Amino acid sequence: MSDITKQSLTELVENIKNKKLSSTDVTKAFIDRSEKSEELNAYITNDFTSAIDKAKKFDQKPNLDLKLPGIPLAVKDLFCTKNIKTTAGSKILNNFVPTYESTVTENIWNEGAILLGKLNCDEFAMGSSNETSFFGNVQNPIDKNLVPGGSSGGSASAVAGQLSPITIGTDTGGSIRQPASFTGIVGLKPTYGSCSRYGIVAFASSLDQAGPMAQNVKDCALLHEVISSYDPKDSTSIDFKRNHFSKELTNNIKGKKIGIPKEYRVDGMPKEIEDLWQKGIQYIKDCGAETIDISLPNTSYALPTYYIVAPAEASSNLARYDGVKYGFRAKGENLIDMYEKTRSEGFGAEVQRRIMIGTYVLSSGYYDAYYLKAQKVRKLIKNDFDEAYKKVDAILTPSTPSSAFKIGEKTNDPVSMYLNDIFTVPVNLAGLPGISIPAGHDLNGYPLGLQIIGKAFDEQNILNIAYAMEEKINFKNKITDWWIK
Amino acid sequence: MSKKDSEYLINRKDNQYEVVIGLEVHAQVLSESKLFSTSATKFGAEPNTQVSLVDAAFPGMLPVINEFCVKQAIKTGIGLNAKINKRSVFDRKNYFYADLPQGYQISQFKDPIVGEGKVILDMPNGQKEVGIERLHLEQDAGKSIHDLDPQNTFVDLNRSGVALMEIVSKPDLRSPDEVNAYIKKLRSIMRYLGTCDGNMQEGSLRADVNVSVRPKGSKEFGTRCEIKNVNSIKFMQMAIEYEANRQVDLIEEGKTIDQETRLFDTKKNETRSMRSKEDAHDYRYFPDPDLLPLEVSEKFIEEIKNDIPELPDDKKRRLIEEFKLSPYEANILVSDIDTAKYFEEVVAKMGKNKDIKLAVNWITGELFAVLNSKSLEISQSPVSSKNFAILINLIKNGTISGKIAKTVFELMIDGDKDPQKIVEEKGLKQQSDPKALEALIDKIINDNREKAIEYKQGKEKLFGFFVGQAMKASGGKANPQLINEILKKKL
Repeated sequence: MSDITKQSLTELVENIKNKKLSSTDVTKAFIDRSEKSEELNAYITNDFTSAIDKAKKFDQKPNLDLKLPGIPLAVKDLFCTKNIKTTAGSKILNNFVPTYESTVTENIWNEGAILLGKLNCDEFAMGSSNETSFFGNVQNPIDKNLVPGGSSGGSASAVAGQLSPITIGTDTGGSIRQPASFTGIVGLKPTYGSCSRYGIVAFASSLDQAGPMAQNVKDCALLHEVISSYDPKDSTSIDFKRNHFSKELTNNIKGKKIGIPKEYRVDGMPKEIEDLWQKGIQYIKDCGAETIDISLPNTSYALPTYYIVAPAEASSNLARYDGVKYGFRAKGENLIDMYEKTRSEGFGAEVQRRIMIGTYVLSSGYYDAYYLKAQKVRKLIKNDFDEAYKKVDAILTPSTPSSAFKIGEKTNDPVSMYLNDIFTVPVNLAGLPGISIPAGHDLNGYPLGLQIIGKAFDEQNILNIAYAMEEKINFKNKITDWWIK
Repeated sequence: MSKKDSEYLINRKDNQYEVVIGLEVHAQVLSESKLFSTSATKFGAEPNTQVSLVDAAFPGMLPVINEFCVKQAIKTGIGLNAKINKRSVFDRKNYFYADLPQGYQISQFKDPIVGEGKVILDMPNGQKEVGIERLHLEQDAGKSIHDLDPQNTFVDLNRSGVALMEIVSKPDLRSPDEVNAYIKKLRSIMRYLGTCDGNMQEGSLRADVNVSVRPKGSKEFGTRCEIKNVNSIKFMQMAIEYEANRQVDLIEEGKTIDQETRLFDTKKNETRSMRSKEDAHDYRYFPDPDLLPLEVSEKFIEEIKNDIPELPDDKKRRLIEEFKLSPYEANILVSDIDTAKYFEEVVAKMGKNKDIKLAVNWITGELFAVLNSKSLEISQSPVSSKNFAILINLIKNGTISGKIAKTVFELMIDGDKDPQKIVEEKGLKQQSDPKALEALIDKIINDNREKAIEYKQGKEKLFGFFVGQAMKASGGKANPQLINEILKKKL
């Protein structure tokens, strides 16, 4: 079966359950393609040898009742994996091997899946193009020298390039949805508190959420069902009844009310994005749902709010990387000198920039003007959504204000880079679920995504809407395998 | 109300200065595991053997609040007559240090779990109320060890993450003696509650001491200096004394006092500047996003309230009323929970016909003396409360005299022997048979006729001689009261 890697998760599971494929077949196929795909630079660490061992072991005594029976997959290198190096894309953790497993990955292995390796990402998930990784750029399978988005760039590239049938990323301000949009795949940012943060290298604790990335909505629903769980080890994890998302998935969204927020029509937005959005509205209507114009008046404050809250939390979260206990340590004359050299050499420029912004906004004398105000605005942004959800069941927006850009195009202009997250950050600030689905192409044939934002804990609803739209959109990703010689 | 002559004042030429002191007491919560992790908190374990991934701040590790520590803090708050805040917030206090793995300490800054309260001190000239500003929960840091190696500093994280209660007083204290009484009172309350063992040698109780001085009569506070991390009452008193005098000297020289953090050098008995206000850390406090605000229900607080034992102030009041003890005696008995426990056991075991006063005298006299000489706590008393009660009853019912009782007590110490048995085995039972005593006294009067006549003629001093003779003849066992009565009759 030469086309194993082209199969969706749902197909692979079915074929393994029907014994048409063994886990070893599938694992070898993805390893083989991954090995041919070094130019994408999607992996930081591979675990291929032991993946094959695990696959063989699975095949000897296959448990076909599991949700991911013998399915190989790679995960973002922000998830701590027991005995496998976990770097968070940073030099400062380049030698760090956890003795523990993140809850989300544990959930995946418990359902029979097999780890292929750890995927590249922006350093500490800080970036929108995967260019801040200590381990180099990731190529977008769509075209050479195109960014895959970030921070889950390696994850997006691996799924779009068929190196891994599905994967998980993390999303703090758009890090799942934006790269999903840039690479023509589906990415879900769950409600804050839905997936445990235990064992995920923290960026901004009040915003970070793990989520599934897949080739289609159904695969995404299945993986979400596996990773979402209540975890007492994470005090922000929420104990609520979780759906069987994949089983309950339906394309019947008749009568649903979908809000179209006027504030997302931002200045300078390319026509192709506006056109895509209009197309999306038409698809919604074609599915028998209704669209309603709504207002989210504080949208324009979301980005500045995000760039205060996230760096503030990051500046504190990253204080533990001091060279004392683990990770990279530079030689110093004394403790302070060691700290300074370790952190100057261990962190890249973008991480240092955010640590400085965060430290600044929390300093005495500036706290009220920045951090405290940002928290207040954050509440207003959440209120906007609460108001809107009195009238609508979900909200439809573009995922990003543009399609993927070229590597290096925005590296010297952080603000223009930050603007990439303009449609995704409000969702994180409000703690809501959001899904990006591929919905069309720009003039270059690069994918464009639409985002569906749901009510808190209403993942099933946005998955259903995405599922219904997916059918109408009938998106075909243009993967040419340009990187395979 | 304190009398003028007992005021603690610092005198210089024509000026008198009052000392104003506020304490930030760090009390280690008595709990099996740490504030945000499941690691053990046992004192004296091998370095770095009680450290979880959370305590060592490994990537992706998250704090989970220990409910028991929350209960302990609320319990302490109730003991301090303080307001319990149903909603409190954990903040991060950010600073870099090798023994602070997270790079921040989780503490409570704006919204502590316990608000204002008060404690009452019993001072020699009356009671004094000291206000409590707040009590909050926080993590302890690890320990840096600088003296094991000339080049390196070692870090022990056993203490990292252990729950502390920071109890902040109002600036209500005015002398080293009051500080002594305050710390002892706090410790007593927390030991009654079982929320802190109060062991200062093991660092379970330590304090930052804020000291300022002002001219006597002034209403305004002077500039204060904070003396960090003093771990014994004696050192606190010494530090205050030194620091107050230093500040007064500065004022007298026309200089100003800089607000600063100082260290107390116990060897040189002086405080030294650690850092000035300008160099003060900017801790960049902000709410810890890994933890939701801590919310406790009325029911939760009520359940804890129902679990509060009788506290020293109430116990003292009861002992005075119930047993007619003096406030002084009651104070001695209640200030330490183990003493109170011992006393109450003795009372219970003495049965119906009990002599409380006698028991109190013996506890505070003979028992304390033995404990002192052997450097033992009352909880380690070589004489159990049961045998102690029997001994007091033996005195009370006249089986032995007070004097013999002392001999018996000496013998009881070794192996907590039953005093009844000692009395029987050694034949120390008091002679209380009037007939036998009368015979004995008749013989003595007969043998000392001349002295008997002198007594009758008015030499009353000789009465003691006859008592002595009678006691001697009985081997000290004669009931002295009966001897007195019979002698008076016969002479």
